[in-house]
Parts: sequence; C-alpha cells; structure tokens
Amino acid sequence: MNAFEDLGSVVIQQFAYVGGLTGQFWSGVLALPRMLPITGKRGRWQSALRQMAAIGVAALPMIGIMALCAGFILALQGAAELRRFGALRYVIDLVAIGFTRELGPLLTAIVVSGRSGSAFSAEIGTMMVTNEIDALRTMALDPIEFVLAPKFLGALIMVPCLTVMCNVFGIAAGAGFMYLSTKMTLGVYVRYVFDSIVLRDVFSGLVKSVAFATIIVHVGCMEGFKVRGGPEAVGRATTSAVVKSTFLVILADLFFTAIFYLTGWSS
Amino acid sequence: MTEPIISIRDLSVAYDGHQVLDHVNLDIQRNEILVLLGGSGSGKSTTLRHIIGLERPDSGTILVRGVDINRCSPAELRKIRRSVGVAFQDAALFNSLSTEENVGLPMRELTTLAEPVIEIMTYMKLAVVGLADAGKLLPYELSGGMKKRAAVARAIALDPEILVFDEPSAGLDPIVSAELDNLILLLKRAGQMTILVVTHEIASAFRIADRIAMLDKGSLIAVGDKESFKASTDPRIRQFLDPVPGPITESAAVQEHLRELAGLTGVVR
Repeated sequence: MNAFEDLGSVVIQQFAYVGGLTGQFWSGVLALPRMLPITGKRGRWQSALRQMAAIGVAALPMIGIMALCAGFILALQGAAELRRFGALRYVIDLVAIGFTRELGPLLTAIVVSGRSGSAFSAEIGTMMVTNEIDALRTMALDPIEFVLAPKFLGALIMVPCLTVMCNVFGIAAGAGFMYLSTKMTLGVYVRYVFDSIVLRDVFSGLVKSVAFATIIVHVGCMEGFKVRGGPEAVGRATTSAVVKSTFLVILADLFFTAIFYLTGWSS
Repeated sequence: MTEPIISIRDLSVAYDGHQVLDHVNLDIQRNEILVLLGGSGSGKSTTLRHIIGLERPDSGTILVRGVDINRCSPAELRKIRRSVGVAFQDAALFNSLSTEENVGLPMRELTTLAEPVIEIMTYMKLAVVGLADAGKLLPYELSGGMKKRAAVARAIALDPEILVFDEPSAGLDPIVSAELDNLILLLKRAGQMTILVVTHEIASAFRIADRIAMLDKGSLIAVGDKESFKASTDPRIRQFLDPVPGPITESAAVQEHLRELAGLTGVVR
C-alpha cells in the first residue's frame, strides 16, 4: 500500500509541476505583446534586448566551437563506415541533414540550457531569497511580465538564430573534413550540401528550437520561483533547472522527431 | 472613531500543522504609527506578509481601505497595492538597477508621467531620505543604512497612504537606527501617512509609536498607547520591556545539556 501511495504522490507531484509550467507558459505568452518595441511597455524592449545579448551573442563562441567539434566527429564517424562502401561523399548528407534536423537544435539547446537556463534560475532564486520578487508584487508589478517575459522573448528570437549558426558551423566542419580527406573544394561541398538538404529540414530544426527555447526559459524560471530559504536552495534550483530542462528538451525532441517522421516531414 | 484603514479579523495561519497566528484581531487607524512588537517566532512577519497580500490566510479577513484583499478582484488588489508602500527588512533593492532607477521604477511602471518628471520626482524622494547624491550608485555600493533609506524612498515613490516597515532597525547601529526613526516620524508628519512598523526593538518602538501592539506565540496579547504598555503588569510584556532570560535559557533540558558538556553530569546541586 505504501508503494502505491508513494507512486501516487510522485504522479501527483509531476502533474502539479506540469500544471504549474503550463500556467506559467500562458502567463508568459500573454505578457509577450508588452515586450515589443513601440506597442509594448516602456523599458521592456530594452530589457528583452539585454536578454538577447546574454542568451545569444554571448553564447555564440561556445556554440561555434562545439558545433565545429561535433561536425568533425560526425564526419569522422560516418566516414569510417561509409568509406568501406566507397560512399565517402555521403558524409556530406550525413553532416548536413544530421545538423539541420537534429544536432543543430539539440546542441544549441544543451548549451543554452547550461548557460542561460541555470542563470535564469539563479537570478530569480536570488531575487526570491532577497525578497525582490515580493517587492515587485507589493508594487503591483507582475513578476512574470517583469522578469520572465523579457527572457522568454529573448530566447524565442535567439535560440533559433543560434541554431542556424550551429548548423553553419557544423556543416563547415564537414567541409574541413572533406577537404582534408578528399581535397574537395568549398564550392563543390556547398553544392552537395544544397543537393542533400531541403528547406523543410531547416524548418523542422527551427520548430524544435522554438520549443526548446520555451522549455529552457520556463523550467529555468519556474525552478527560480520555487526557491525558498537561503543560498543553498538557489544552488539546488540551478542544478535542477539544467537537469530538468535537458531531460524535457530530449523528450520534446523525441516527440517532434516522431511527429515529423509520422507525417512524412522528415522523409 | 473613524473607520480603520486596516482591519484584521480572526486571522489564523498554520504552517505544516504549526499554528503561527491564532485569531488575531487588530485595527490600524488613519495617520497613526502602529508598532507591531514581538520576539522571534511570535508571528509578526507573518502578520505583515498577510497584510500586504503576499500570502493568503487559512481563515479570517484583512480589510485594507474597506476592501477584503483576499477576496477582491485582481484589479482591486493592484489598486490597493499601489496605495501601500513597503520597506523590506533587507531593503530588497533590485541589484541590477542603480539607486535612482530603483526609486523611479514604480513611477515608470505604474504611471504615465514623462521621463523628466520622473527624474525630478526621483531626486526629490532621494533627497527626503538623504540620498540625493547617491542616485547613481548600485545597491552593493550602499551601506546598510543607505540601503534601508533607499528602500524607503522607493516605498514612498507613489505617495502611498499606508507605509509598512519590516524590521527597520535590524542590523543598524543605534545612531543610524535613530536617524531612521526620525525619518519615519518625518514621513508621518509630512505625508499624512498611516505607518505600520514591525520590529522587536523596544527603544525604537517607544520613539516612534502612537500605539503598540504585541504578538506572543501567534496571539495578540496587547494593543494600546505607549504609557499603557509601559505600565502593563503582563509578565510577557514585562519580560520584553525589562529583558530577563526567558524560557529558552531556563529550560531544564538546556541546563542538563550544558552540565553534560561541562562534565558535571550527576553532580548534586
């Protein structure tokens, strides 16, 4: 009976968590129009711009290096098998399709989760500990609009941009590999890349990146808003934000990949 | 007597089965300074958090300007909150904003005032609390007393009817603490504000209070003016006024533990 009670308690907690995330998501969506320039509230767009710089511009070097390494690793691993069948050229398809559909959005999400998701939970967690969130509420200001929405808008814009850059760096690494192994010129490589991928490959990756951005922001912020107590609670929230958002990103990736496969998008 | 600006009726709160507030009844009149006294764990901060609408009670009602803040619409609650300024114990200034941006924040967010007007008003609020020259500083560059004064400047930014202070003297030396008390008195005189101060500092309470209320273990044990408070014969109030060791240090278990630590177990007294 105790095992059933424990299981029931865990299930209820998970449902409550998802319910909380859903409520926070809709509040964030409703607050987004107030973040926009001209029509939004004053100062909000500047706040969103600062978030874009922190989420996107600052993450670009790390994304670039990781994508170059991952692209080269993928090409090496693919070449090791394809060479046996005299199909080394198909390394280009592997890298181009692999990055645009899968690796680009996933790598970007993992980097953004580690850098920004943890920063969101630490920032909001600290604001909870120092009563800054309470101060906002007593000033009749909505913490969702004031704290979460600029991050949400920033991530919605920058994560797809970073994904495109990740794709570019990953495919560029493939170009490096093909030049070193077969002396293939960049022009020929680029032509093969455009032969192998279609626009919907890029589009499916971008759809995923928007979903990943939403998960990272909302999980990071929710873990921050849940902080009670002192600095050690902030540390726990930061770890929890990265673990949960990475897990949910992979779960969402599976979901979207299955949807694209079943609807013929990825054929 | 006129209708109280804040009226608490049968406020009860329990956390994890532990009763923190037990049927608290309290009225706060317009333009008075009411000091809510109590020791650690007496429930005074919980009372304050309920009065400013940060938490919902298990039972009871809290009327602010005649509106039940736990049953009113979100729009009404926002309106009430705009009329209440809160200066938190640890100031709760936004660390990413300068002092003047912190003070100007409520005006930028909640009014349609032009930017030059906000800048002038921010300077005036900072001048009231003696921080006119510190507007450009970030919160971490301010001393403890300056942070508290900056928090007061932000709390009075929208000229609230009600001003709430959570432990204004905590962590301050006696001189800065006395300066802050003078500031509270000045605000009451100049701004015609109703001021609620939650504190455990008895000297500060007697300096500023029109009336004093005292909480003990979640129950309101006394409400009255300073003179009646000083003349009280209630042992719980007397202990607070003339600090003597309380139940913590008199506990037999504590004494026994201390004797054990000193290697005196079994020694006949």
